[in-house]
Amino acid sequence: MEPKPRLLAILDIVTLLLFLTAVAMVFFYAPLEAVMGQVQRVFYFHVANAWVGMLGFMVAAIAGVAFLRKGDRKWDIVGLAAVEISFVFFFIAIVSGSVWARGSWGTWWTWDPRLTTAAIVELVYAAYFMLRQGIEDPDRRARFGAVYAILSFLSVPLTFISIRIFRTIHPVIIGSGAAGAEGSFEMTPKMLQVFMFSLLTFSFIFADLLWHRIRLGKLAEVTENLRLKTLQ
Amino acid sequence: MMITVRKLIKRFGLKTVLRGMDFSVEPGEFVALLGPNGAGKTTFLRILSSLSRPTIGLVKIAGYSLPNQAAAVRRRLGVVSHLPLLYGDLTAEENLRFYARMYAVAHAENRITDVLEMVGLSSRRRDLVRTFSRGMQQRLAIGRAVLHDPEVMLFDEPHTGLDQDACLMLDTVLREVAARGRTVVMTSHDLARVADLASRFDILSRGVITASVQRSQMDPNNLLAFYRQAIAEA
Amino acid sequence: MEPIPQVEERVRLTSSASGAGQFIRSLTAIIWKDMAAELRSRELLSAMLVFALLVILIFNFALELDAQARATVTAGVLWVTFAFAGTLGLNRSMAMEKDRGCLDGLLLAPVDRSAIYFGKAIGNLIFMLIVEAIVLPVYSVLYSVNLFEPGLLLVIFLGSIGYVAVGTLLSSMAVQTRTRDVLLPILLFPLVIPVLIAAVKGSTGFLQGADVVDIRPWINLLLVYDVIFIAVAFMVFDYIVEE
Repeated sequence: MEPKPRLLAILDIVTLLLFLTAVAMVFFYAPLEAVMGQVQRVFYFHVANAWVGMLGFMVAAIAGVAFLRKGDRKWDIVGLAAVEISFVFFFIAIVSGSVWARGSWGTWWTWDPRLTTAAIVELVYAAYFMLRQGIEDPDRRARFGAVYAILSFLSVPLTFISIRIFRTIHPVIIGSGAAGAEGSFEMTPKMLQVFMFSLLTFSFIFADLLWHRIRLGKLAEVTENLRLKTLQ
Repeated sequence: MMITVRKLIKRFGLKTVLRGMDFSVEPGEFVALLGPNGAGKTTFLRILSSLSRPTIGLVKIAGYSLPNQAAAVRRRLGVVSHLPLLYGDLTAEENLRFYARMYAVAHAENRITDVLEMVGLSSRRRDLVRTFSRGMQQRLAIGRAVLHDPEVMLFDEPHTGLDQDACLMLDTVLREVAARGRTVVMTSHDLARVADLASRFDILSRGVITASVQRSQMDPNNLLAFYRQAIAEA
Repeated sequence: MEPIPQVEERVRLTSSASGAGQFIRSLTAIIWKDMAAELRSRELLSAMLVFALLVILIFNFALELDAQARATVTAGVLWVTFAFAGTLGLNRSMAMEKDRGCLDGLLLAPVDRSAIYFGKAIGNLIFMLIVEAIVLPVYSVLYSVNLFEPGLLLVIFLGSIGYVAVGTLLSSMAVQTRTRDVLLPILLFPLVIPVLIAAVKGSTGFLQGADVVDIRPWINLLLVYDVIFIAVAFMVFDYIVEE
């Protein structure tokens, strides 16, 4: 097991710096929003987390396809890592979304498309973990995980669309303002900068965590291998 | 060569069950594959029957290789495991009729009648399989396996769970099956059983073949001693 | 390749023992087998049916339904019922194969794996449609609601297809795990939400006599879902059953 690669060490530092800068920007650089006040600052983290969570979901699905076609165990490790990290990101997105809702509309939960879909994705991930949990054979576990990741990646957008047609009260910031969308606000250039920077930061955090988690997965395999060798 | 296996390795995740097996069977041979529990007999048979894929290695049956030409291999294989692979809620003949359709057997009705007669179940053809005893189910399972007239038959411990009478009946059917020039590989625990049936005895221990001997070269009464020695040497 | 000894001249495989002919033949054989076995034991259908009727009964007490509320809620009640009864059917259908090792029997046959999938899926669909065909009139009678709208029946049909397409795939996975029966609903329901939403909204639309223009998006969604998942199942089933 090779020691932490130089590039990863650098990435760790870069990511940390970006994160600190992002936090500073959110609190000191971004302007105070007129209607919602300080609560609005949640927005910068909330959306970034959701988008990066979606990225993780996509990585898991692609890793699933790659595993089924190539059979290389490393794709399974990537897929599992992506799901685990995406799980956390979506959780943060949901919690921050809840805070946002409380600040904007006085309720802790709104059944709008994005928040609801995020909650459904968490349930999908929970199902993914439970599926893997119930299988002994590592190869079968990897295959089933891959299949479920692919199936869910196809289903969730359809879920989102169907809920979207169903109801809409989530703030539509980028793109056309849908009729009846409350709580939306205009983004000033400064806000846009902070938002973009936040998005960049969380992408870096995702990549950093993913790399670490993949290394952890490989280490776990090596350990398991040694354990089996001593048993046999 | 009807069955050719070279340097077969099978891993389940990080656990290696078969470690570079070499195995070959001439057409018409009846090979008994013996070995202790955990040696990999069932795993090996599952690979031969195309239910499981080899991790590394060459496996060829009747000239077709696994896993790429699996469909062609399946047509020529008949498999009997210790599970009967029969539907309890269907009658004996309905079960056979189903498999006849799955294997595209021509003149199915005649074939079914012949097979039922061969395994001694003609009188029970309209009875539900769930009313059959274990021995009868095993015999019907063999009937299912020979239905499409395969060249190669694989048996995974077929005597498991059968009483003495049922075993004797099974042996009769096995001899009948083998007598038609089919190639047979049978795994077993029960040395006494296979001593009379097989023409060759191979020992599988810890994932490799450790010994192989023709019936003609050995006194079947010494099978037990031979077996113990082969295991001890591994 | 050496010549293969032909020992019994009588047994010849039929000429169309390959390709499409064999695909259809094995598919119908599997469906036929499932129907025949079910006709004998009636376990699957009776379990699904009794469960469905019980669920409807429970809804009667859980939701105080006056005539007004009933109109909006009927589709939802029906679909919750179908979704839960459906898991019973899916579980039993696969468990039947797994228990006596019959799944191996199917896999040993020289047929394309997807024929097994489609055979089981169509069988599951038929069972689900039978249960729906009985539940609908019963509900009609119990709650004095006319459910014989052709549009409604179309929506139920399309929704059932989507449900069964994904359900058969997932039950073939679930049946190979330790947690089996419990796992299927957990795996299935998050993925089948688009079907539930579209089916409920579409059904409600037809029941309340809404404009076809408004209902159209829901039917389209169902069609898209069905097509996508049947196509994906075709590609992915092999990986589920191989070892």
